Amino acid sequence: MKTNLAHLTLAQQLKALKNGELTLTELYSELTNSIEQKNPHLNIYLNLDREALSKANSVKFKPLAGLPIAVKDNFCTKDLYTTASSKILEKMRPPFNSTVVNKIQEAGGVVIGKTNLDAWAHGSSTETSDFGRTLNPRNPDYLPGGSSGGSAAAVAAELCSAAIGSETAGSIRQPAAWCGVVGLKPTYGRVSRYGVAAMASSTDSPGPMTKTVEDAAILLNYLAGCDPLDATTSPSAVPDYTQALNKSIKGLKIGVLYQDLKGLESIQPLFQKELSVFKELGAIVEPVAALDPHYAISVYTVIQRAEVSSNLARLDGVRYGLDRTHFGDEAKRRIMLGTYALSKGYADKYYLLAQKVRTLFTKDFAKLFNQFDVLISPTSPGFAKKVGSSEGAAMFGELEDMLLEPSSIAGLPGISVPCYQDPDTKLFLGMNIVASMLHEPLMITVADAYEKNSSWNSWRLSQSN
Amino acid sequence: MSTINASQVQHIAKLAQIPITDNEAERLHDDFKKTLEVIDQLTELDTTNVEPTNQITGLENVCREDNVDQAHSFTQEEALQNASNTYQGYFVVPKILEK
Repeated sequence: MKTNLAHLTLAQQLKALKNGELTLTELYSELTNSIEQKNPHLNIYLNLDREALSKANSVKFKPLAGLPIAVKDNFCTKDLYTTASSKILEKMRPPFNSTVVNKIQEAGGVVIGKTNLDAWAHGSSTETSDFGRTLNPRNPDYLPGGSSGGSAAAVAAELCSAAIGSETAGSIRQPAAWCGVVGLKPTYGRVSRYGVAAMASSTDSPGPMTKTVEDAAILLNYLAGCDPLDATTSPSAVPDYTQALNKSIKGLKIGVLYQDLKGLESIQPLFQKELSVFKELGAIVEPVAALDPHYAISVYTVIQRAEVSSNLARLDGVRYGLDRTHFGDEAKRRIMLGTYALSKGYADKYYLLAQKVRTLFTKDFAKLFNQFDVLISPTSPGFAKKVGSSEGAAMFGELEDMLLEPSSIAGLPGISVPCYQDPDTKLFLGMNIVASMLHEPLMITVADAYEKNSSWNSWRLSQSN
Repeated sequence: MSTINASQVQHIAKLAQIPITDNEAERLHDDFKKTLEVIDQLTELDTTNVEPTNQITGLENVCREDNVDQAHSFTQEEALQNASNTYQGYFVVPKILEK
């Protein structure tokens, strides 16, 4: 019997299925065994679709050929429990699909299961889930990051072909970095938010979490596009993102952000060493000063709390879910702080000021993108944190996501790719590559070139493509 | 410097319709203080003559035809399937008026 089919990338699995070197039955049977073995300990999937294989066989002639996709449990899936990792929604079976799930199914992907997250996506650890924390498959003494920690872990542990996450400010890229996988956060409005449990509506962006940049480009082709059910989606035509792969980056200008930022000293040498990869490929790499990301934490904290308090106001326990007494500590903190920031006498002081500083960030990026094609920095200020680290830390996520928040509040696309693995702890660092609005192809080109010419991608190392 | 006291926390809890105990109010009060310290950094920047960001997409007046969309309408059964309390095809809501 063939083994290790789950170690193939999504692109390789598609090829192998087409050539008849792999069958869906073999793949699903290996995955089912693997999930039974690993999930009780790692707590990645909250719920599995037991019908997945038969669903896969019924769509095997479509582009995604029935491949198993793990979906974060804040995306509504028709008749499959959707909890947002909150006890309030423990028994919620949506009567409809989110647009993202519809698009995956139309392309021939199968939702194999729903992955754990910080409750309501409020966090960066997957430790605030009402259904227990997820552990990092690279080293189970550590957290996977969050809030899409279950989806990142599902990819790292090879319990799916690829996964879907959602990011408000770091929730795709930071867990991707901590778990050593690829996480792509599209431009705000490129992928529909319809049917996703809303966190901060003005920055929420669904996106792929995958083994390679190529896999992310393939999935984004099916996820992106205008949706009449989400008025913030972009009417711009969707390019073929796979056309951005295998291209030269010679002459591209890459700006390196946050070189002198305090708190990054321990990882900065490891990150800086990787810049030679770009230089050898003929790119122009220069350090550049940007607005201090600490201010983005403040902006994001105000805007996100405010939008959370408004979005979660709909949870009244009448139409679905339990009543408001069942919110966890983190949700209570965020709802109440948002209520305060929007209340009479404080809305100008906090909310309006935050939206003004948000403008300063947008302008700063516009200036930077006049000089550079893409901007890069470490994804996170350090490696994955130990299990238990987020407990009682009111600003845990905001600090861990500090380097991502500026691009999130500006709505820009970003991708995190593995750029170092510690030989002892087996934990990863990620590199965040940011492009201007709707310039995902440029960002994919740079990420793909880096991935193929560096030595940190777990799946490229063992198999040449 | 922004400050907030425990009774304000209880007032906010009431506005947000989240019942909290006095112990919780005390703990939340500490969390609020830490968070407000971070937010206060914004006052260090010069925002004179800066327009607030109301949205980042640049899209304007996104409308649709005012037609019933059957494909995105629930049947009564679907609409009620996740409700904890229903009565003859209706949602049951908590009473808000006292006699």
